[in-house]
Amino acid sequence: MNGLVFRIGGEGGEGVISMGELLTLACARAGYDIYAYKTYPAEIKGGYAMWQVRVKDELLLSQGDKVDVLICFNQESYDRDSRDIADNGVLLYDIDQCPNVKENTPYQKYGIPFSKLAVEKIGSKRSKNVLILGIISGLFDFHLEIMEEMVRQKWHHKGDTVVQKNLDALRFGFEYVKENLTFSLSLKIPKLDKEPTMVLSGNESICLGAILAGLKYYAGYPITPASDIMEWLSEKLPALDGTVIQTEDEISALASVLGASYAGAKSMTATSGPGLSLMCELIGLASMAEIPAVIVDVQRGGPSTGMPTKVEQSDLNLALYGAHGDSPRVVMALSSVEDCFYGIIRAINIAERTQLPVIVLSDQYLAQRKASMRIPDLSHIEFETRLEPDPAEQSSDYKRYALTESGISPMAIPGKHPYGYVATGIEHEETAKPGYSRKLHDDMTNKRFKKLKTVHEDSNKYVKFYGEPQPEVGIIGWGSSEGVIREAVKIANANGMKVAALHPKIISPLPYRSIDEFLALTKKVIVPEMNYTGQFANYLMAWHDIKPIRLNKYQGMPFTPDDILAKIEEVYGKTHIKETHSPFYSVPE
Amino acid sequence: MAEKETLEPQPPLKREAKDYKSGNEPIWCPGCGDFGVLASLYDALAVYNFDPKDVVVVSGIGCSSRLPGFLNTYGFHGVHGRALPIGMGVKLANPELNVIVTGGDGDGFAIGGGHIPHACRRNVDLTYIVMDNEIYGLTKGQISPTSPLGLDTGSTPEGSIENPLNPIALCLIYGASFVSRAYSGKRQEMNKLIVRAIDHKGFSFIDAYSPCITFYDTYKIWPQKIVPIPEDHDTSDLMAALKLALDPEKMYVGIFYEKREPSLVEREDSIRKVLKEKIGSPSIQSLFELFQ
Repeated sequence: MNGLVFRIGGEGGEGVISMGELLTLACARAGYDIYAYKTYPAEIKGGYAMWQVRVKDELLLSQGDKVDVLICFNQESYDRDSRDIADNGVLLYDIDQCPNVKENTPYQKYGIPFSKLAVEKIGSKRSKNVLILGIISGLFDFHLEIMEEMVRQKWHHKGDTVVQKNLDALRFGFEYVKENLTFSLSLKIPKLDKEPTMVLSGNESICLGAILAGLKYYAGYPITPASDIMEWLSEKLPALDGTVIQTEDEISALASVLGASYAGAKSMTATSGPGLSLMCELIGLASMAEIPAVIVDVQRGGPSTGMPTKVEQSDLNLALYGAHGDSPRVVMALSSVEDCFYGIIRAINIAERTQLPVIVLSDQYLAQRKASMRIPDLSHIEFETRLEPDPAEQSSDYKRYALTESGISPMAIPGKHPYGYVATGIEHEETAKPGYSRKLHDDMTNKRFKKLKTVHEDSNKYVKFYGEPQPEVGIIGWGSSEGVIREAVKIANANGMKVAALHPKIISPLPYRSIDEFLALTKKVIVPEMNYTGQFANYLMAWHDIKPIRLNKYQGMPFTPDDILAKIEEVYGKTHIKETHSPFYSVPE
Repeated sequence: MAEKETLEPQPPLKREAKDYKSGNEPIWCPGCGDFGVLASLYDALAVYNFDPKDVVVVSGIGCSSRLPGFLNTYGFHGVHGRALPIGMGVKLANPELNVIVTGGDGDGFAIGGGHIPHACRRNVDLTYIVMDNEIYGLTKGQISPTSPLGLDTGSTPEGSIENPLNPIALCLIYGASFVSRAYSGKRQEMNKLIVRAIDHKGFSFIDAYSPCITFYDTYKIWPQKIVPIPEDHDTSDLMAALKLALDPEKMYVGIFYEKREPSLVEREDSIRKVLKEKIGSPSIQSLFELFQ
């Protein structure tokens, strides 16, 4: 089975997303690997909403290309989505809501009066979604008991009547197919005998990892697509003796995170581009005063308000350079739902170890899609805490910013150590006393940057290599495109093209050694990224002898494996690479 | 009144004001009102005999924001205007700490003005002392949000065309649970006020008049206007407090308003309790199960 892609399209608020979530979890419980994402309007009600889920009996790397099963709630969905249906796919549409459906199509069609059936047979328009789930179960021989169990769980809190009504809708849909279906489908989703997995979004995965890593303080300001991190944590973290607070703005969020971290708590905030812009001054303070802090930036389309519900990777420059002065920080990029879990643990560890701000880049596509994840084996996870003064050593000359071999100095904690000092954004001596001498700024700047050395080791450790060991064409990607790139490489390799990809998880400091080794294999390197300016390509050029072949997508939609594959095919075998667009100077063709 | 059992002077070691001094000498101009505020703070800390390790003094940027460096307690000298949220983070992370936030009128009412309403309405457990000199000192004399209309400064050579804001009235309206004013020229009163403010459970605000001798010397003007709040003033009466705050002639010093209501720390604790009753203290495994 090559996987099956379902897409549900309709109007926002109509239940498209909740139905998609149910279908996704049901497939996961049936033992399938799933990969789901949604797009939804920035408006609260109305507008087009879409849920897509790919299910497969082995590890999934991307959302796929073509749609095997399209379910249209209305004409708009049909108009937008029907072109994506695979030739051997199926279209299920509401026959009353989609008046203009093409007659002759390579795919099979099935017009069903979803809404009418729900009203007439079940007595509630709201049962439509569950009724469709029943239809899907019938069509694909999906294990109905799994669906039934999910319905019971979902509506349990609303009482038996509601549960029964939804079960009726589910069974009605299931039977309806058996009685009315005029063609047969070869696509089936039988129940698999597999270990259970979790199904969760990137944002949820971040929350789980952060809690496991010992997060004790979270402050944030609502912003799409990061808000659900705060919402999820506020239901759980206080029960674990932590604190979640919604502040008056993102400045206050990071300021209070720095206060809490200074007082000894592992602390974090999450935001999106506009919020990160506001935080920049405080990122400099965290650098200067050496306070561990984790800042998650769930990137969205920019600049300004941009496209809040769409994906883009255009905050890299801000993450790398935002803040005045020479302000060391660590920048990481999360690459999959699973990586969100392990990545945030790594981020908290690195922040604690180095007493630096760590900016963790996610994006809307990663944050809000759902994917399968193996239940983590906790015995393999390491947790770090910050270096504190040795309690045995009651020294009267404690130096908060002591110049050490690693640059890392023991951090005294208020209330815990008898070493009152002033954490300060002013340049300071080892004792934290303000000072401006030339030698001092030199020494202290070196000290602060020296701390990145240990992170450089991590950087070379957390870099993935995929594909042919001796590639002719290389890809260096970053962030959430990892799965798509990996899938494209897999297909290219299967088609006899020698292609490999490198995917660093820590972006600053870069895994210089690994990248140099990769560049020694091939000079033809494609750098795919979801932005116009090629921020990562530019950054690579600053540090490596590389002429990146840029592949930029900035439509608010993620790459598909086909996008990457097309570029590979264009580049592969050519000795002379066509000049790709140079940002700032010309518009790409 | 607040629970006093943890705050009362504790033997055996009895600290004095000098026991809170750091080795750093203040960088302020001789005659600066901030010396008086600092001295009162030393005295107040000695009254409670706080262990310096249990006190955190947070500040922003400005002349008065250099204050934490002159104490041997913990301190956090952050960025301009963000002392209140930093102080909130410190307090929420470790409610055992005594958090005092200091700064000037520019730091607090201009660049940081957006944080005051929220500190007030959240009733964050900290004492906020604004050394108000009605001028920007560190940047060498420009108008501040409290500068009087018509004031001739570096940035207003023809006189300020902006009305000053009223910090006391604002904090009262924002719902602060302790609103007061002191004058650095009256040390005894200021000492008492800081002691009371630290004792207050929740957010306590002190507008501390503290003249800038260099750029806007008010030592001669203010004492003519400064009068103590009448003894018969009812500090639980918000409207009466507002009336005093809005008096066009007099600059009242003393406690305008005081009320006891749950502080942010107390409210956070009650949320923890509610959640624990609902979901217990979830193990990571049980959190994993939510997604299966």
